[in-house]
Amino acid sequence: MGLLSLAIWIPIAFGVLLLALGNDRHAGVVRATALIGAIVSFLVTLPLISGFDKRSAALQFVEKQPWIDRFNVFYHLGVDGLSVWFVLLTAFITVIVVISAWQVITDRVAQYMGAFLILSGLMVGVFCAADGLLFYVFFEATLIPMYLIIGMWGGARRVYAAFKFFLYTFAGSLLMLVALIYLYFKSGGSFDIQTWHKLPLPMPAQALLFFAFFAAFSVKVPMWPVHTWLPDAHVEAPTGGSVVLAAIMLKLGAYGFLRFSMPITPDASREYAWLIITLSLIAVIYIGLVALVQKDMKKLVAYSSIAHMGFVTLGFFIFNDLGVAGGIVQMISHGFVSGAMFLCIGVLYDRVHSREIADYGGVVNRMPKFTAFVVLFAMANCGLPGTAGFVGEWMVILGAVRYNFWIAALAATALISGAAYTLWMVKRVYFGEIANDHVKAMVDINGREFLMLLLLAVAILWMGLHPQPFTDVMQVSVTELLRHVAISKLN
Amino acid sequence: MTPINWTVIYPEAWLLLATCGVLLADLFVTDPERRVTFWLSQAAAAVFTLLHLWAFDSGATFYGMAGMIVTDPMGHLLAGFAGIAVMVAMAYARPTLGSRDMLKGEFFTLSLFVLLGISVMTSANNFLVVYLGLELMSLSLYALTALRRDHAVATEAAMKYFVLGALASGFLLYGLSMMYGATGTLEIPRVFERIAAGGINKEVLVFGVVFVVAGLAFKLGAVPFHMWVPDVYQGAPTAVTLMIGGAPELAAFAITMRLLVEGMLGLAIDWQQMLIVLAVGSLVVGNLAAIAQSNLKRMLAYSTISQMGFVLLGLSAGVVSGNTLSAGNAYSSAMFYMVAYVLTTLGTFGMIMFLSRQGFESEEIDDFAGLNQRSPWAAGVMSIFLFSLAGIPPLVGFYAKLAVLQALVSTNVTSYIVLAVVAVMASLVGAYYYLRVVKVMYFDAPRNSAPLPQRSAGVSALLAANGLAVLLLGVLPGGLMALCRDAIVKALTS
Repeated sequence: MGLLSLAIWIPIAFGVLLLALGNDRHAGVVRATALIGAIVSFLVTLPLISGFDKRSAALQFVEKQPWIDRFNVFYHLGVDGLSVWFVLLTAFITVIVVISAWQVITDRVAQYMGAFLILSGLMVGVFCAADGLLFYVFFEATLIPMYLIIGMWGGARRVYAAFKFFLYTFAGSLLMLVALIYLYFKSGGSFDIQTWHKLPLPMPAQALLFFAFFAAFSVKVPMWPVHTWLPDAHVEAPTGGSVVLAAIMLKLGAYGFLRFSMPITPDASREYAWLIITLSLIAVIYIGLVALVQKDMKKLVAYSSIAHMGFVTLGFFIFNDLGVAGGIVQMISHGFVSGAMFLCIGVLYDRVHSREIADYGGVVNRMPKFTAFVVLFAMANCGLPGTAGFVGEWMVILGAVRYNFWIAALAATALISGAAYTLWMVKRVYFGEIANDHVKAMVDINGREFLMLLLLAVAILWMGLHPQPFTDVMQVSVTELLRHVAISKLN
Repeated sequence: MTPINWTVIYPEAWLLLATCGVLLADLFVTDPERRVTFWLSQAAAAVFTLLHLWAFDSGATFYGMAGMIVTDPMGHLLAGFAGIAVMVAMAYARPTLGSRDMLKGEFFTLSLFVLLGISVMTSANNFLVVYLGLELMSLSLYALTALRRDHAVATEAAMKYFVLGALASGFLLYGLSMMYGATGTLEIPRVFERIAAGGINKEVLVFGVVFVVAGLAFKLGAVPFHMWVPDVYQGAPTAVTLMIGGAPELAAFAITMRLLVEGMLGLAIDWQQMLIVLAVGSLVVGNLAAIAQSNLKRMLAYSTISQMGFVLLGLSAGVVSGNTLSAGNAYSSAMFYMVAYVLTTLGTFGMIMFLSRQGFESEEIDDFAGLNQRSPWAAGVMSIFLFSLAGIPPLVGFYAKLAVLQALVSTNVTSYIVLAVVAVMASLVGAYYYLRVVKVMYFDAPRNSAPLPQRSAGVSALLAANGLAVLLLGVLPGGLMALCRDAIVKALTS
């Protein structure tokens, strides 16, 4: 078994084991098993970076075996510079999620942990799949555990949110399924993504395919105006669910643009880039303003996620290496930062059982250690230099300046609104006088919470101060992608 | 004129003799649990299934009974799967029937006669043999539906099933007689040749096709001939619903293949259009009506209607702009869909029965509330079935939908691609009501916190195996797809 298979199947195997044998009477054993599973799954992904050949844009760690002969489908895995970091990110976030649930989830622990581990394996599968159908299978299969996570451990309107999440994303991906089958047919019976990259396609076909992929991925990213499921899902999901949703699931959509839309339909991508750029700018500016007026912290961070993902799609569709690489860096950093933001809200929620900003005030007086972390994460969320949040946004804005100054100028306003909504929330929740008795009764974070926040803080600072390991890995792949996109597939 | 060739019908001959044996043996069984009858019936069906699957393995095609009967891989495979379906249905049904005073020998003998009828249909090479098998199966099913004779709803369902079923058979027979009148033969391959040779009054042929398609649509339960499906599924005892919704669907597929494809491929342009209308109607009506149901059996009935829409779509994509290159692809996708559907349906109804007990049918959706807290295992298996019906990977239902969509898109005709988009949109609607049941099982609080009563370990194991089959065929669907393809290709070329 190759490394990628291990990275996919170890968490799934642990998850299935927990579902099959786990039991709330032995919750401690269940938690320990889940943690071991998550850590082992993370450790097996480490050699992917150390053994990665940065000079090659080809797929690495390739595994290929026939899977469904009837449709010429292969169990074909591989990572390149665009995807390799997401495998690690997924495994890393899963460790954090398991730690974050340690004392918080006491109900159906085995199912909770099992669902997250299985979800983790499936998401790794999405990033590793080099076969279109395999991609789709992993992409869709992630809906099942997430649906159950939101619905079983979520808040008051969890059922509504779970359905909205499922049906929205399912609707988008069904059109993609038709697109994949069409490509299978057009390529003479192949589901190989790289074969599709080379497939010449006339413009009408490209346009239809582009919009089919757009339907699937824009919902997942999510882009304005199909973003409305995200605030609901985030608000209702348990902390772990929000973390995974923001940190990784949104990236599945953005990754889809890189892997499918841009290389398979390059002409349509260039033709309709204005559309994506416009929608991205709306997300960046308008959703940033929407975030400003939120009263619910989770909703605020959810809207901030949409705005940040707007940077990602903007970076991709200005077609230069700074923009695309910046978009990918932004995806990774947003994985850390949004995950950290949701964890912090979870920490507050565990103590006071409220997400309303108005219910807090002066938390710093009771939780100084915690507030130190929060301020760091908030700075990263506004894109302060030296944190992970800065690198991606800066690269995208630089790329955008090369493309069109006014687009860059509009995008840059997000730095202001981002700082406004994040810092204003921090001010209202953490600083000032102690607002009420609930806050007065708060105790600072314990060792477990300290550990998970520390891990994320280290990642955020490391990425902010020394982004080179991230950008180096993707450089060649990004250049290759852009070279490919520049060549017309019309004939 | 081909010879009698008795060896061709040995599975049917065995089943007939064995069923008569079971009927006689049951007279001497005094055990209220009917163990002997049950195991004898299982053995009879098992031998029958093995005989068919062995014959399938040899891959040869034979004609027998003076050309009345054909045994080809497709027939063997479908009959073999039907045998398995009937065995599973009998196993699921026994504890439920026992607790409702319906565990009589007749249930098993009638079920075996259903199987016999199915087997006759799958190997029919003659219009009359099709009809013979159909009536044998249907009459046994009517009687099964009325098994609970003191129950008004069940009796009403049986009555409705009988009247509408007889009407459908009449349609079919009328259509077949038209075909006979036009072509002068009842043998399916001869009909094919006469139509291909031309020179026959097209109007009579098309008129006949209309009635044949209507009859088949009744049996498949396609809109607008679907009215009986919800009432019968809901009204019949769940054990019988399982018998109606499982194996007979395979038979309906088999005669559709025999009549429309093997007999009337020359008229494909005409019947394909009808199938498309039926398919779209089934997808739309089935899915929309299912949303409004609160009774799980009725919801699954409407879901069946919508699933049949997919099968019909697969069947309608065989002949494209006059050539049959995509026929093997299209029909095998429809067959795979049908097999996957039957496998999943067995599980859903099996689970309804598994959760029922004396005086509690467990057939309302709300009866499943909080199942996960009471039995995570049962909820998990049930949600595998439901997600599979919704077509979510990695479960077998997804590959079934994939296969049919692929057949549609591969025609490279715009209207078929539009059909594919309609079909996926319909399955989006479908996802809603399947998810709703999952929601009830996982998100709602249980109404009744008592743990589930003790169940037979055998049935639990079988349900688990059924769920595992749906999952494993989802992870590795290649084998079953290849089997269906081989079967169809051989049926088309022989």
